[in-house]
Amino acid sequence: MQRTGKEVALWSIALTLVLLYALIPVILIISLSLKKPADIGDGKFLPQSVSFDNYDNVFSTDTFNSALRNSIGIALIATVISIALAALAAYAITRLEFTGKALILTGALAIAMFPPISIVGSLFDLWRRIGLFDTWLGLIIPYMTFSLPLAIYTLSAFFREIPWDLDKAAQVDRATPWQAFTKVMVPLAAPGVFTAAILVFIFAWNDFLFATVLTSTDASRTVPAALAFFTGASQFTDPTGAIAAAAVVVTIPIIIMVLIFQRRIVAGLTAGAVKG
Amino acid sequence: MAEIVFDDVTKRYPDGYEAVKSMDLEIADGEFMILVGPSGCGKSTALNMIAGLEDISGGELRIGGEVVNQKAPRDRDIAMVFQSYALYPHMSVRDNMAFPLTIMKVPKEDANKRVEEAAATLDLQQHLDRKPSQLSGGQRQRVAMGRAIVRDPKAFLMDEPLSNLDAKLRVQMRAEVARLQDRLSTTMVYVTHDQTEAMTLGDRVAIMRAGQLQQVASPMELYNHPNNLFVAGFIGSPSMNFLPGRIHDGVLKLPVGDIAIPDSKRAQLGDTSADQPLIVGIRPEDFEDAAVVGSDSRGATFRTTIDVLEAMGSEYYAHFTISAEGHELQENAELRELQEDAGGGALATPDSFDVVARLDQTSRLRAHDTAEIWINAAKIHFFDPESGRSLAAQQ
Repeated sequence: MQRTGKEVALWSIALTLVLLYALIPVILIISLSLKKPADIGDGKFLPQSVSFDNYDNVFSTDTFNSALRNSIGIALIATVISIALAALAAYAITRLEFTGKALILTGALAIAMFPPISIVGSLFDLWRRIGLFDTWLGLIIPYMTFSLPLAIYTLSAFFREIPWDLDKAAQVDRATPWQAFTKVMVPLAAPGVFTAAILVFIFAWNDFLFATVLTSTDASRTVPAALAFFTGASQFTDPTGAIAAAAVVVTIPIIIMVLIFQRRIVAGLTAGAVKG
Repeated sequence: MAEIVFDDVTKRYPDGYEAVKSMDLEIADGEFMILVGPSGCGKSTALNMIAGLEDISGGELRIGGEVVNQKAPRDRDIAMVFQSYALYPHMSVRDNMAFPLTIMKVPKEDANKRVEEAAATLDLQQHLDRKPSQLSGGQRQRVAMGRAIVRDPKAFLMDEPLSNLDAKLRVQMRAEVARLQDRLSTTMVYVTHDQTEAMTLGDRVAIMRAGQLQQVASPMELYNHPNNLFVAGFIGSPSMNFLPGRIHDGVLKLPVGDIAIPDSKRAQLGDTSADQPLIVGIRPEDFEDAAVVGSDSRGATFRTTIDVLEAMGSEYYAHFTISAEGHELQENAELRELQEDAGGGALATPDSFDVVARLDQTSRLRAHDTAEIWINAAKIHFFDPESGRSLAAQQ
């Protein structure tokens, strides 16, 4: 298709505007992270001289390193458990008729819409009493709970697309229900599994509310919460540059995660159909 | 290998609908049994009950002498080919065929050998490493059969395996299925709604209607001696023509005229002097162009105008309309169902009947000709209009 010069020009302007709108905050934070502490307040958009001092600084503090460890660990564990439970629940919901099925689905949706802020206070109290306060488990449980409904909905949409005949074929081929589920259903729903996994991981990774309220030390504080407690290299340095550097670092795992899974999602979607 | 026995088997759904009603059927070891009938007749439900994919509400199902009502599909040792083929899209052809063996933990080497053998049987060797999505319909169908035969199961179940193929391929695969069954001589139960498949494939054919077995017999037996109106109309293509008739003073009165009842038929009619209404069935090939038939053959002739003449090469199909002239075809549920199955919604108009005749290729008749048509009186079928039963079967 041939485009006229005018069309090309208009599209270029539109795309540039969208890109600027989306990327300026990102560029700004990268720029801040690369400035020398003394230059932070110079009012320039781009750093006059590039320095990685802030990054050195960030990684030399225990606060950030342990926060990063906590974030990765908690988000991964929450994702794995949530997806495993959601896959089982979604399979049952799509394949079985049982009483209370509608109730479960409505309940799941209600939980997904429930504002976390309304329970975080009582959760704080409860967690302190039963000893879950400031532990990994204390964060994994709420992350799992709030991400499960979304994962169940996503996965049941994918399971519903898988022809019922495949379950039956697996059963006749002497597979146990568990084998049919793990060898046939889950591989076929892989795109759905990865989609759900990304969503759950991002939710857990980005959460700030639970992370600030339910943690108090480096033992379980995740990066979003830890950022708020950043001081600079010393008590008396402005932490802006360090926070910017940490913010950049914390974005990287998400980008990697999406890039890896995106490829899997596309691969899954183009796999063979049942009949032609 | 094993025989399969339905002993008073019933399938009742929670809403009370009975898909299969007290079915009694014995399928012998190594037999090729066809379950055929219009959609919704319960044939697939019956098959799924053998597979264990549907619960049995009543009666007993035995495979190889063993009651399997409560057994899970995986414990019944049967293989099934689905209408949709149900190949696992994420596995290669090899892995698809090896899947049941992997599940059974057959040693890798042995499994590989069996897959290769099955692939050779089905001419799939060069496709073993491809994915199902890269195969044509016929090849996928063969992979589905391959997955069934690698296991050497007690019985094969086939659920309309050819209905997704185009007409030409279907004829080819039909022959292949027949050859396969012949070579393996494993019990096979084959469900179809296509009477041609039923006639050409099976050792015996079980015709079902509304959850009930109508007749179980060899294809030729079904064709020549149908038990009732439904079987008579379902088997055969083009299907049997039905006309209202009356026996009066030893003469069969049809809308086309009177026919002397041949001696061979007299016995089944009983008292021929009474004025009893009948439904008369005449197969298309039992009509003929009177000019082709020698004058010595027994039967009756009548004159009609040919509406449509279809040249089939080896023969002609002549369509013509017979006006009822006071004869009335009685309402009959079986006839109505046949009509619906054939695609025609409403019954034939009460004052005329459409008839198809199969004429010899030497016939010189043309469309719109007024023709003299001969009826082979010895081949006429008589049915009771109330019950739909064949009078021949009532003896």
